[in-house]
Amino acid sequence: MLDYDSIAAICEAAEEKQLSISALVLSDQAEQMEISEDELYEHMRESLHVMQEAVKEGKNPKLRSTSGLTGGDAAMVEAYAGTGGITGTFLNHAMARALAVSEYNAAMGKIVASPTAGSCGILPGTVVSMLEEGRCDEHAAVMALFTAGAIGMVIARNASIAGAQGGCQAECGSASAMAAAALVDLAGGTPGQAAHACAMAIKNQLGLVCDPVAGLVEIPCIKRNVSGIAIAFTSAEMALAGVESKIPVDECVLAMRQVGDMLPCSLKETSQAGLASTPTGIRLKKQVFGEG
Amino acid sequence: MNVFDIIGPVMIGPSSSHTAGAVRLGRVAWKILEEKAVWADIRLSGSFAQTYRGHGTDKALIAGIMGMHSYDERIRRSLSLADEEGLAYSFTAEDIPGAHPNTARIHLKGEQGAECVVQGASIGGGNILVTQINGMEVSFTGQYNTLMVLHYDRPGTIAAVTNFMAYSGTNIGNFRLTRPKKGGEAVMTIEVDGDVEETLIQSLRILPNIINVVLIRAI
Repeated sequence: MLDYDSIAAICEAAEEKQLSISALVLSDQAEQMEISEDELYEHMRESLHVMQEAVKEGKNPKLRSTSGLTGGDAAMVEAYAGTGGITGTFLNHAMARALAVSEYNAAMGKIVASPTAGSCGILPGTVVSMLEEGRCDEHAAVMALFTAGAIGMVIARNASIAGAQGGCQAECGSASAMAAAALVDLAGGTPGQAAHACAMAIKNQLGLVCDPVAGLVEIPCIKRNVSGIAIAFTSAEMALAGVESKIPVDECVLAMRQVGDMLPCSLKETSQAGLASTPTGIRLKKQVFGEG
Repeated sequence: MNVFDIIGPVMIGPSSSHTAGAVRLGRVAWKILEEKAVWADIRLSGSFAQTYRGHGTDKALIAGIMGMHSYDERIRRSLSLADEEGLAYSFTAEDIPGAHPNTARIHLKGEQGAECVVQGASIGGGNILVTQINGMEVSFTGQYNTLMVLHYDRPGTIAAVTNFMAYSGTNIGNFRLTRPKKGGEAVMTIEVDGDVEETLIQSLRILPNIINVVLIRAI
């Protein structure tokens, strides 16, 4: 059975057994949870469907969050995506998906916390995009979520996936690292390449603070989901091209933990500093909750 | 920890602590009341008191009191559903000294006259810590399947309950007894490994000196 305390160990085990990370994790989790692989797969397939539904619902141009601060941006990007923009239709549609799920979350929609509600748009923005753009079939997309889950378990164990503990690097950073590995898996890369993609994604979000305006999971969380997918895609592309992270992935995770521990409390979900304490951040807070 | 702790839970947004955890707190209160609630007086302390509207914590608590799960899409409309179904509710900010920042105290009255007061906190990631039931100090997180056994403090009651659990093959991970007054009402908080069969709950209910047995399922 796997211990989920080292990404390198998971990759080695997969390469030794000549399995993908996802296949290894599916069989290991079935054993650990004492349920059949079919049942586990089915459960994950339902989670993928919740993500797809959230993508669809979140693109409604009339969608607004409970606070009234956000909503409607996914619809705007979706409309723009058709033009191809600067980077092409694929990335623009993926951005719309990440926005849609995050905005739907803020509007009390049904989402899959992956790993958290604040970062719930990143796996849909990447894995659902691969599926809906015809780059993979549903089976591959479901399996990719097992790869993402395994990476998340190691990060949760060796660093953190909570903004209150590690800042946004622990939420959007972790989600992006999970997505990068899942993308490599989906594109047919090796477990080693998945680990390098994961490392590069972590390195690019190290130190990201958690400074939500009015304490709400909206500003800047929603847009950070979009940068999270951009980092996941670029990290996966580099890894698939053969680029390696000079710092091994497990050391990147430990660096994330160290940085998270060193971040002051004011930048870990307490809304006492950063964007939350800007004049506009404070004004928006008063707008939602009154003067008190 | 398993893969669904990372890819999951499926929940209604926006916040695991202010929304999903709040639904679970409301649901614990509803489970303990054991009937449809018609009146709810909810006191919010700390961050809950300041930010509940923006996070939908009010809708989440009411949804839980109406028996919904944290993934129920009706949560967003729960306040109007409460009006339709005859649940009168009020939210009041109250400083509860020493309480966790996300604390709620939920006082419920049911359609058959049952009444209960449950106090608990949403401690992050959708996890909760229930700290008081009907004035009795308790402590359970909801991370494990938890049996709340309200009973009269009489000799042999604990032995009878744990014996029955042993026969059914249920392993106890944590056990806590709270007894405000000798010989009066008391509560056992029993966290167990694995699933709890409905038949076990029924069997425990008919034991002598048992007032009520409630199962609070893990996330």
